[in-house]
Amino acid sequence: MVGGQLTRATEPGPAIWSGSPGAPGRRLPRLLAGLSYDHPVGLEEHERYHGPIPLRGLNGQDRPERLIDVLERSGLTGRGGAGFPTGRKMRSVAGRRGPAVVVANGAEGEPASGKDRLLLTRLPHLVMDGISLAADAVQAREAYLCVHGQETGLLASLRDAARGRYEAGIDPVPIEVAGIPGRYVSSEQTAIIQFLSGGPGRPTFTQKRPDQGGVRGRPTLVNNVETLAHVALIARYGEGWFRAAGLPSAAGSTLVTVGGAVARPGVYEIELGTPIGAVIMMAGGPAEQLQAVLVGGYFGGWLPAERAWATELSRPALRAAGSAMGAGVLICLPDTACGLAETARVVRYLAEETAGQCGPCVFGLPALADALADLAYTGGRGQALDQVSSLLPVIEGRGACRHPDGATQLVRSALRAFADDARWHDDHGACRGVQRDPLLPVPGDDEREWGWK
Amino acid sequence: MSLRLRVNPIACDGHGMCAELLPEIVTLDQWGYPILAPGPVPGPLAAHARRAADVCPTLALLVEQARHRPR
Amino acid sequence: MTISFSGPGLWYATRAAGLVTLLLLTGSALLGILTAGRLAAPRWPRFLIVGLHRNLALLAVAFLALHVGTTVLDSYTSIPLSAAFVPFLSPYKRLWLALGAGALDLLVVLVATSLVRGRLGYRGWRLVHWAGYACWPLAVAHGAGAGTDEHSTWAVALTVACVTAVATAAAWRLLRRWPERRVLRLSMVAVTAVGVPVVLSLGGYQW
Repeated sequence: MVGGQLTRATEPGPAIWSGSPGAPGRRLPRLLAGLSYDHPVGLEEHERYHGPIPLRGLNGQDRPERLIDVLERSGLTGRGGAGFPTGRKMRSVAGRRGPAVVVANGAEGEPASGKDRLLLTRLPHLVMDGISLAADAVQAREAYLCVHGQETGLLASLRDAARGRYEAGIDPVPIEVAGIPGRYVSSEQTAIIQFLSGGPGRPTFTQKRPDQGGVRGRPTLVNNVETLAHVALIARYGEGWFRAAGLPSAAGSTLVTVGGAVARPGVYEIELGTPIGAVIMMAGGPAEQLQAVLVGGYFGGWLPAERAWATELSRPALRAAGSAMGAGVLICLPDTACGLAETARVVRYLAEETAGQCGPCVFGLPALADALADLAYTGGRGQALDQVSSLLPVIEGRGACRHPDGATQLVRSALRAFADDARWHDDHGACRGVQRDPLLPVPGDDEREWGWK
Repeated sequence: MSLRLRVNPIACDGHGMCAELLPEIVTLDQWGYPILAPGPVPGPLAAHARRAADVCPTLALLVEQARHRPR
Repeated sequence: MTISFSGPGLWYATRAAGLVTLLLLTGSALLGILTAGRLAAPRWPRFLIVGLHRNLALLAVAFLALHVGTTVLDSYTSIPLSAAFVPFLSPYKRLWLALGAGALDLLVVLVATSLVRGRLGYRGWRLVHWAGYACWPLAVAHGAGAGTDEHSTWAVALTVACVTAVATAAAWRLLRRWPERRVLRLSMVAVTAVGVPVVLSLGGYQW
């Protein structure tokens, strides 16, 4: 697979390439092409596989905004959870006056997600290409790559890689690798912006979108690292190539983390629109009979297994089914486990991970966690279900960030997907499934950081 | 010209003076934090709304013109 | 100043205005502490407590103006107007009047920033207001030292009552809001218990 024969597709239509990700005719793998599980892909190997970074087009003559045009036509949307069209976001930052800032969010606060980590440890240059391409397109003077500060090994290797690139003259703007606090909400967009501006890593109540006023007031582009990895490939192979995978309404490929009761848990690359059942089969199929799947992570939603199996993994399909795309996480819940108990544990974790700034969240989430724990583990008095339901409308929408809303959305989906179980618990108490070993990953106390700076 | 009320949830400390001065629009939840009735402020209550925003010890109650929202 | 008055009239006026200012400042400081400490009383809505806190402060400014005006106009002591704003400019009881000037400056800044609170923003306003905690003790010390009523029982009793009231409210506030910071509480109590009699004695009060 030599990069010298790359032909970039500039017209829509069948993409013709050789030596690029996926054998001709196969659309996957794309991001994960060239991935090796025994060593991270270094700069040389990366350039051999994909070719050099196509800044200002392969002949160095395109206007910086050419990439934004391409991205808008490609239909790439954010892979961090919000799913905002990437091209449109970049255009609004590029349109602002003053030096811009590019922030790559690789902090991956979601405990069940591993895709960002995979990209940063194994394919860092794909991400860094994306950062530089974005920085060039929006005329940024500063670029940050954010990971959790506790990950000292990762920080060191990323800093080495960034330094090597800048010294080799690859990046127009040096990529500063920033270690942010390890709290769940610290990877939220406004929290990162506040941290990079010199403050604590807590969400803010700001009326300005990042493009209007971000890091130190400058127009700021915040993208998930996977999104930027896609940018790195789209810049090389074009929007037609990108659209050749996925659906018209949900273009391209994406990374998903599959976990729970499956034979081969891990990170997989799929085309958007793939049914959840097919993805689970890619991961080796269910290890046990499944009752439900948690889609999207801890701010996502539960789907009953039969419903989930046929549901396509795309933003519109999931929303219609009552779930959410989130950070591309699938956790399979077996029949022997209790969905309410698992949800109660997660909500307890989320309650401990508030920023402590907004009353309805600081008081509401622990109350919700208590009520859920009562329903899951005690129950039997016919009150717990009402208690949980009555708390939900008081909590949602009343925080400065989406943290409380994510929790309430998860609980609502649990009450829908496990409706019969909930009624049973309310009348009879705990089921046998609560005794099973916990399935949904929640960081242990020793792994957790408690500071904000 | 119609007014809209909004709470800055980070600044809000649950003092509850807004609910005392504007009970038609503001009620307190079980922890003492304000819940705003949706929609614009009715004309006759505009002065009361401004007074409620002025008395807030942490300036958490915001009064805005409801032309179009920035977000 | 070409106008000069003599006779005890202005002297009475300034002492009266000063004492009333002290009472008003005490009241305002008290209500400010109660607001921050979230006093919840059945017939006292919170907005009323904070509203009264503000109004007493404004009234205190008015009586303070009277107090300063009558003092400056009194030719017996020849204190210039500038001494009311800039410490240590007074030829008479320099230290004690300096404390008064400090209290006045703080009060002016407190009231001014509170009037434009909306434009200043909460953080800036809060910083100044915190510093304003020093205003009331300075006023008390000024009254103890510069005041000429240290021999009259009722003036002493009034001052002691003011100090007791604020000290009690402060202790209540500390206990209520920071129950875990025991060192802070104990040290504040110690400072008050020691500092107040010291200041009052220095000012010449006969116990």
